[in-house]
Amino acid sequence: MSRGRDEIILNVFAYIMIGVIAAGCVIPFLMVLMGSLQSEDSVLRNGFSLIPEQLDFTAYRYVFDSPAAILRAYGVSIFITGAGTLISLYFSSMAAYVLARKDVKYRNALAFYLFFTTLFNGGLVPYYLMIKNYLKIDNSFTILLLSGMFNVIYILIIRTYIAGSVPDSISESAKIDGANDFKIFMSIVLPLLKPVLAAIGLFIALGYWNDWYTSLLFVTNDKIIPLQYLLYKILTFARFSQQILSQNAAVAVIDLPGETLKLALTIVATGPIIFLYPFVQKHFVAGLTIGAVKG
Amino acid sequence: MKSAKRSAFLYELLKNKVLYMMFLPVGLYFLVMAYLPMPGIVIAFKEFTYNGGIFGSKWNGWTNFRYFYESGKLWQVTQNTVLYNIVFLALSTAASVFAAVLLAEMTGKYFKKIAQTFMFLPYFISWVTVAAIAFNIFNYDYGVLNTILKKLDLVPVDIYGNPNAWMYLLPLFYVWKGIGFTTVLYLSAIMGIDHESYESAQIDGANIFQRIWRITLPMLWPTIVILLLLGLSRIMRGEFDMFYQLIGDNGLLLEKTDIIDTLVFRSLVQMNDFGMASAAGVYQSVLSFIIIVSVNWLVKRKNSDNALF
Repeated sequence: MSRGRDEIILNVFAYIMIGVIAAGCVIPFLMVLMGSLQSEDSVLRNGFSLIPEQLDFTAYRYVFDSPAAILRAYGVSIFITGAGTLISLYFSSMAAYVLARKDVKYRNALAFYLFFTTLFNGGLVPYYLMIKNYLKIDNSFTILLLSGMFNVIYILIIRTYIAGSVPDSISESAKIDGANDFKIFMSIVLPLLKPVLAAIGLFIALGYWNDWYTSLLFVTNDKIIPLQYLLYKILTFARFSQQILSQNAAVAVIDLPGETLKLALTIVATGPIIFLYPFVQKHFVAGLTIGAVKG
Repeated sequence: MKSAKRSAFLYELLKNKVLYMMFLPVGLYFLVMAYLPMPGIVIAFKEFTYNGGIFGSKWNGWTNFRYFYESGKLWQVTQNTVLYNIVFLALSTAASVFAAVLLAEMTGKYFKKIAQTFMFLPYFISWVTVAAIAFNIFNYDYGVLNTILKKLDLVPVDIYGNPNAWMYLLPLFYVWKGIGFTTVLYLSAIMGIDHESYESAQIDGANIFQRIWRITLPMLWPTIVILLLLGLSRIMRGEFDMFYQLIGDNGLLLEKTDIIDTLVFRSLVQMNDFGMASAAGVYQSVLSFIIIVSVNWLVKRKNSDNALF
């Protein structure tokens, strides 16, 4: 079909507007990258500019000369994200399966037991005191993993998915054959959940990867802080970046390029996500569509 | 009668014991992480001491709430929390509906794909990185903005010392961070609209602007309403991550940027002011609960399909 004048006008307008929005979403990152490639001298003299007069890799050299703290934080983040996501998916789908089984008499009560926590909570103070003073699990991997491990909405989305795409007759016939419910879940139901688990898993993983709040509340031990919290400390406390990099005795603290170093560390900490996200983005979209189906 | 009921209960537990066991890990998690702290709200009516803890400390009635009210904080943080959330909700809805409608009508497949990928970028990064970006642009001494202003012989601006600037910047950052995500929500709703209605409208001579106005937007309306209501039910809950990363503990900005969540955090963790923190926290929890339940009640009366629960 030939396009009318109205459609051409709208398309021109759309290209301009969407182009501006898309550029606006990316340019701030390029600005940080450009800033990190400026020499400290020129920053102190003229400030950060959009395009550096000449590229200078000094800040990155310092980062890669003594990478111990950053590598450790990467390790913590990768471990927490990986382990947390797997544990969360496994038990979330197990609970969701129970909620989806029609022969469980109290399944609605159980669903409400979960859902109520999204309506009302005790607030930060009791939670903080419980973790710190009663359970005493602050400063541990336990709290980094537990905080935000399960999300009620995700469990309910998986339940809806099971109800819509795993017929009851599968469970029933397996039961007649003598399999117990756990076995049915593990060998028959779980493999069928791959699409929804891939999508939900990405949301959970992103939550773990970008979490700095848990550390802010509960972690003072610099040995177990994840990447995002390390970055927060670097940006917030002027001396912190120098502290973690000057473990290398050859570097005098005073020589460290403070301003460009902050941006270089931001790039080092954020870079991998920027390279990875275009590949997982379509699963996110799939997750949104699965979640949109109301059950 | 009673024992018959109890035995039916036990019978059900026994019959499905494996299934109930399978629910147990998640059930226990929420018992400990969500239900166990709930009785702790009594701390708002006590004078907290470390030795006494939550249950051993002395009762002091409404003193903490009176203190929260008389400090002037109650009105200030309530106003900031609610107003920011309304602005965030309105702007992000308008921006993402706008972007989704345009994306749906665009013909270039690759441009569309790349643009959407770009728009999704801010969604994937943490607020810490956003703070680094803001620092790079607005920092008084070395920020990009002031570098440009100085080059143009204009007076540099002190954004981190000007609370009014953040009334515009915070909504901007909020929309920027979420636009990729919310646009996809609306775009998939547009893709679900029946194609025939567009074709017959076109045959009847409706131009593309009329088709958007008369078909796309009305068809999007239910989705918009649902998402607005979801947002409205969270109106007392502030975006702690954003406010804390972008503003932090900058005292110059607090008057215009302090929300309930940042007040609770600061009082608790930095000032050890348990009275203020717990009073503000309980105030937020209770009000949130009332709002969610009433929003849901209103929705249910109009159209029970859209109800949250």
